[in-house]
Amino acid sequence: MENKVTRQLYMVPYVLWIVLFVIAPILLVLYYSFFNIEGQLSLDNYQKFFTPVYLKMTLSSFWYAFLITAITLLVAYPTAYLLTKTKHKHLWLLLIIVPSWINLLLKAYAFLGIFGTFGAANQFLELIGIGTQQILFTDFSFIFVSVYIFIPFMILPIFNSLNQLNPTLLDAANDLGASKWMTFKRVIFPLTIDGVKSGCQVVFIPALSLFMLTRLIAGNRVITLGTAIEQHFLVTQDWGMGSTIAVFLIIFMFLIMFLTGTKKRGV
Amino acid sequence: MDRKITPVSKIFLVIIFFILYAPIFFLIFYSFNSGGNMNNFEGFTFDWYKELFQDTRLLIIVLNTLVVALLAALFSTIIGVMGALGIHAARRRQTKNTLLSINNVLIVSPDVIIGASFLVLFTMAGIKLGFYSVLLSHIAFCVPIVVLMVLPKLSEMSPTLLDAARDLGASRLDVITKVVLPYITPGIFAGFFMALTFSLDDFAVTFFVTGNGFSTLSVEIYSLARRGISLNINALSTLLFLFTLILVVIYYFINQRQQKPVLGGRK
Repeated sequence: MENKVTRQLYMVPYVLWIVLFVIAPILLVLYYSFFNIEGQLSLDNYQKFFTPVYLKMTLSSFWYAFLITAITLLVAYPTAYLLTKTKHKHLWLLLIIVPSWINLLLKAYAFLGIFGTFGAANQFLELIGIGTQQILFTDFSFIFVSVYIFIPFMILPIFNSLNQLNPTLLDAANDLGASKWMTFKRVIFPLTIDGVKSGCQVVFIPALSLFMLTRLIAGNRVITLGTAIEQHFLVTQDWGMGSTIAVFLIIFMFLIMFLTGTKKRGV
Repeated sequence: MDRKITPVSKIFLVIIFFILYAPIFFLIFYSFNSGGNMNNFEGFTFDWYKELFQDTRLLIIVLNTLVVALLAALFSTIIGVMGALGIHAARRRQTKNTLLSINNVLIVSPDVIIGASFLVLFTMAGIKLGFYSVLLSHIAFCVPIVVLMVLPKLSEMSPTLLDAARDLGASRLDVITKVVLPYITPGIFAGFFMALTFSLDDFAVTFFVTGNGFSTLSVEIYSLARRGISLNINALSTLLFLFTLILVVIYYFINQRQQKPVLGGRK
């Protein structure tokens, strides 16, 4: 059986990676979630999670993530659709993706300048007569910047599934007398639902956990699950509570993956 | 499909592109501002760039970031290619799917979870936070990306190639080094580059596992941005934007090469 052993040998590093960096961390987080701040084994953290403070935070985190995902989808779908109709569509797609390669923090930093009290956005508002508004550190700025960051990630999967759409189906719909809206509702959208699902998955889960944006842009006004985890791990050093929130975030993540699961594999 | 784009949709696309690129060019524009803020442009200057290049601390951080990214990309490519070969070789469909799902856990997990759980892992394992903890976690979250980039190439490869090699007397090692690896080289390069960009871009995971002494560019930008606006960051972002563009061009050419028909390819 030496043959089989050599065949399995090159799997060793990869399996080691799975055990050490995929399974072990999740188990450790689960383990830590049963220790309260004094280091005693207890269910305190879980009790604390079901108090109104944490439940409200969880709900608002979900609400923000939902808003961000919905708005991103509303912007990204038409963009992806129009992109597939342009002449050099792959070049345009590349140009859409380029901004997503710029460091996220630099983009957030740019908005500190744009949305600031004397920033470009306020200068524009002043010019059209609305006057200076407080834009930075509001819910609006948080959602705007998040949507801005996620747009390319939503466009990519939708573009791919629109691109795979067989154009003869649209001709068929047209021949059978379907209006444009009808064609979209009955043919295009159902056939690209997989792209929409994976786009939502790519946006919704990170939107639950963006802590740097809540810190930089929303000025601690918005607390997402991610912000709470970061707070507990790095500021108050209450790893137990942080782990408990992380456990719930992992559960939500699997639920969302299950709900938006696509049958096709791969990216 | 009608390929016409109405003027309205053209305007829509222009607005999307404007929104995507405006913040980036906004940053670049003000990096030449002698006024010291991002509100009004007083005069043209290269001072911020000069200051940037005299800041040895920052240059060391840039170097750190590059070293971590290159090493992480290298190691994760090696582990990832081995893993992809293993997954591809798996006989049972169920084994394959299980391995793939485990592989994707780190891709869909929010960065906060990865960061927090790795922090727990390193603390439990007694690894001092710093260069090695950052490098290890970067390798860890880059491995699944490499696997996903290499696997399609492997499944695209015709099994007759392997049969032919074996018929002609190639040993198992020969088959891998002389047939399989050359065939999947484009996938390996794509994986390497993806790993490189993921590592360069990462903030949240690094933020958790970096100690006091060690910092990468993203973490440094975050702490600078939290202190407020300083045009050094703008100058830095101009340079990073140019660097990103170079990476995009390289990536584009790799992709182009990948699309060339390869002997024995099955499409």
